[in-house]
Amino acid sequence: MKQTPATVALIGNPNTGKSSLFNALCGSKARVGNYPGVTVEHKTGRMIPLANAELSAHAGSNRKPAKLDATGSNSQPSSGNDRFSHELGSREIDMVDLPGTYSLAARSADEAVSVDVLSGNMPGVRRPDAVVVIVDATNIERNLYLFSQVIELGLPTILVLNMWDRVEPTGITVDIPNLARGLGVPIVCTCASKRSGIDLLRLEIYRAVGALSPTVMPSPATPSTAQLQPAIPTPSEYASAGFPDAFRTEVESLGNWLRGAGVAVDSFQVQRLLIDDAAGLSHRVIPQALTKTFTEQLTSAKARLNDVGVSGPLFETRARYGWIKKKTSGLITRTNSPQKSNSDWIDRWLTHRWFGLLFFVAIMFLVFQSITLVASWPMAWIDDAQNWLGATVEGFLAPGPLRSLLVDGVIAGVGSVIIFLPQIAILFFFIAILEDCGYMSRAAFVMDKFMSSIGMSGKSFLPLMSSFACAIPGIMATRTIDNRKDRMVTLLVAPLMSCSARLPVYVLMVSAFVPDLRYAGGWLSLQGFVLFAMQSLGALVAIPVAWLLKRFFFQGETSTFIMELSSYKWPSWRVIVARVWERVLSFISRAGTLIFITSVLVWAAAYFPMSHATVNKSLTELEAMRLAPDSSAESIAQLEDSINRERSRLIEGSFLGVAGHTLEPIVKPLGWDGRIGIAVLASFPAREVIIATLGTIYALGGEATEEHDGLKSQMRAATWPDGSPVFTLATALSIMVFFALCAQCASTLMTIRRETNSWRWPIFSFVYMTTLAYLGAMLTYHLVKLWL
Amino acid sequence: MLPSRMTLSELQIGETGVIADVVGSDNVAARLLEMGLLPGETIEVIGRAPMGDPTEYSVVGYRISLRKVESARVQVDKAS
Repeated sequence: MKQTPATVALIGNPNTGKSSLFNALCGSKARVGNYPGVTVEHKTGRMIPLANAELSAHAGSNRKPAKLDATGSNSQPSSGNDRFSHELGSREIDMVDLPGTYSLAARSADEAVSVDVLSGNMPGVRRPDAVVVIVDATNIERNLYLFSQVIELGLPTILVLNMWDRVEPTGITVDIPNLARGLGVPIVCTCASKRSGIDLLRLEIYRAVGALSPTVMPSPATPSTAQLQPAIPTPSEYASAGFPDAFRTEVESLGNWLRGAGVAVDSFQVQRLLIDDAAGLSHRVIPQALTKTFTEQLTSAKARLNDVGVSGPLFETRARYGWIKKKTSGLITRTNSPQKSNSDWIDRWLTHRWFGLLFFVAIMFLVFQSITLVASWPMAWIDDAQNWLGATVEGFLAPGPLRSLLVDGVIAGVGSVIIFLPQIAILFFFIAILEDCGYMSRAAFVMDKFMSSIGMSGKSFLPLMSSFACAIPGIMATRTIDNRKDRMVTLLVAPLMSCSARLPVYVLMVSAFVPDLRYAGGWLSLQGFVLFAMQSLGALVAIPVAWLLKRFFFQGETSTFIMELSSYKWPSWRVIVARVWERVLSFISRAGTLIFITSVLVWAAAYFPMSHATVNKSLTELEAMRLAPDSSAESIAQLEDSINRERSRLIEGSFLGVAGHTLEPIVKPLGWDGRIGIAVLASFPAREVIIATLGTIYALGGEATEEHDGLKSQMRAATWPDGSPVFTLATALSIMVFFALCAQCASTLMTIRRETNSWRWPIFSFVYMTTLAYLGAMLTYHLVKLWL
Repeated sequence: MLPSRMTLSELQIGETGVIADVVGSDNVAARLLEMGLLPGETIEVIGRAPMGDPTEYSVVGYRISLRKVESARVQVDKAS
């Protein structure tokens, strides 16, 4: 009999190995999206079913932790006499991965999402049938804080002690059977990165959702498992039973009042409404019509509590930690271990005043070199593959709109997305290693003072650094910043960092228009200096921009750096591969479609409404000539020349060209003519396109490169109607400053859209950067003209 | 015991204190409490970042990083 899938939520503190546990349970086929209206990631997957053979092999090992506690060793007990007749239900399990949080207090968006999902208030997500709480086995006490809140939701709960392999070396012993009995939930010990304990967890999940018939229960000969049977703790066993009486009375009366008014709330939600409501829980739970009376009720309840001295967050944390102390008392023991002090010893070096900074710089240098140098090979292959594909299509199709759409629109457009993949993969490879081994939080720790002085946090450094290669992986890397305000500021200034696509533009302009002057015996060149200045400009501008953003857009949200520094460990390859794969897939599936549509739209704007009959005829002729052995090189060159001239006419007459000419009065103050305007306009989807477009406009075909001498001389020869040259040093600098500051990258804007889950921020980025670029370019042009 | 009462930010590297109070009732105070910085807990200063801030502490069996503004919110009794 096929039942509807059961929903099981997975929740835990950050750094507990939650995502590796999710991957271990569900494989790599997770669906990743965003919850409606917030930037919180929504990840779901179907649990890989447990085969019956695996079940019989593993069910007996439920006693393993018990044994471990008794003897202090990790020996596998014999399970030979365990007899099962399993009727594993055919029920499928949908796992929902909730954001990593320390608490269910509905203060941040992450916490609010978790509360909503667990209490069934999240649109589009069924209320879970069970919850798996994952905790760091080496830090059970603090991790149980979240657990103490989760069990109050009244769902069947399983406690997972992950990283179990590190418990013994860290000098910790845990009395699992008594802990499970005390907490009233089954406990499973796992090591998710090594895939151990996972089948046992699957078994417990089936049991928790009632998909396992009772006959599967291990025989009574195994007393420890009897204690591990799921029993939902009753409210009298909750940590909140230790709340002051006055508070519990208020929860009861407010809850009764709400339920009387027809609002379905559980008492955990009522508690949250009374304690904290910064993330707007009441807006989602309380109907509009009731808001006013509810607020009155809430205010008077809070006033009454205040009168008896129950206010602030202390009473809740005190009650919960008191409960944890009581439940774990005598069951968890710690001895000083060499491993803990090893981690502290590594820390003394890696956060050392001088060595720590040096190490940080070395790591960043390695990452940066890899995303620029190592990525350049696969990027060249992708480029070659794209050209080969384009040429192949050209071989099959006669010149015409379809061929142009496929080659110039689709292949070029998709290629412009795929080309970023090597950089994204390499960056996330490093991020995954650094995060998994524990260094990432130290890097943030080392850089925090400096980064917070310019309005961001230590965690902003790596995303900004990566943005020097490409803003897209950089923006995606801002996910590691948990403070929303710091993340938004970092994400919004990241596109100002000088990415690798700006370099060709600078190289072209500098080599063509900056005099090749040498100083200090030839060791310093003016060209090199201008290139360096252009590369640094964005980062310098980012400092006041970050300050202004913080001052005017993200005011009042306190930035905090309360961060756990987990012990160092060897990274797990499984975790790294899974994380890189997840990021690469999410980039392709989400940004890819939007970038593709944009490329096609820009292609259409540059193609229509002119008639391409002449150029198509000439192209057919040209291709025939190239194949014919007797055609002279001179006539081919002649025909190519006329094709390029025709193409230049076509682009000037296209929608894009007309728009460029209309823009002429607007770009004149920057020292540009209409043709530069068209080229810049065409390069808004991807800034490096300007070289090809300038090439087309200056009748050199689309194959121009930044080292193309023909393009340089053509540009030098271009004149205004009065005969004065268009391109002067002032114009070249003005173009470079514009490129340094402008948001000319559809892929970046689409990534911002995806990461912020709103159109507001890409539009904001586009507007602020374009305005900044325009003003900067204008200022540069006039200052340079005045000065020279 | 009052003479040894100070803020956590005043505690030097290697020193240990017993948390007496977390000042305030805003999100920062709530987060500190949730992270286990409860009155009565022992806290040790492990080390400072290269630029003097933030600082690494050891509390309830794990390591936590706090900025000076955050550690200044925590009152401790310095252990001798």
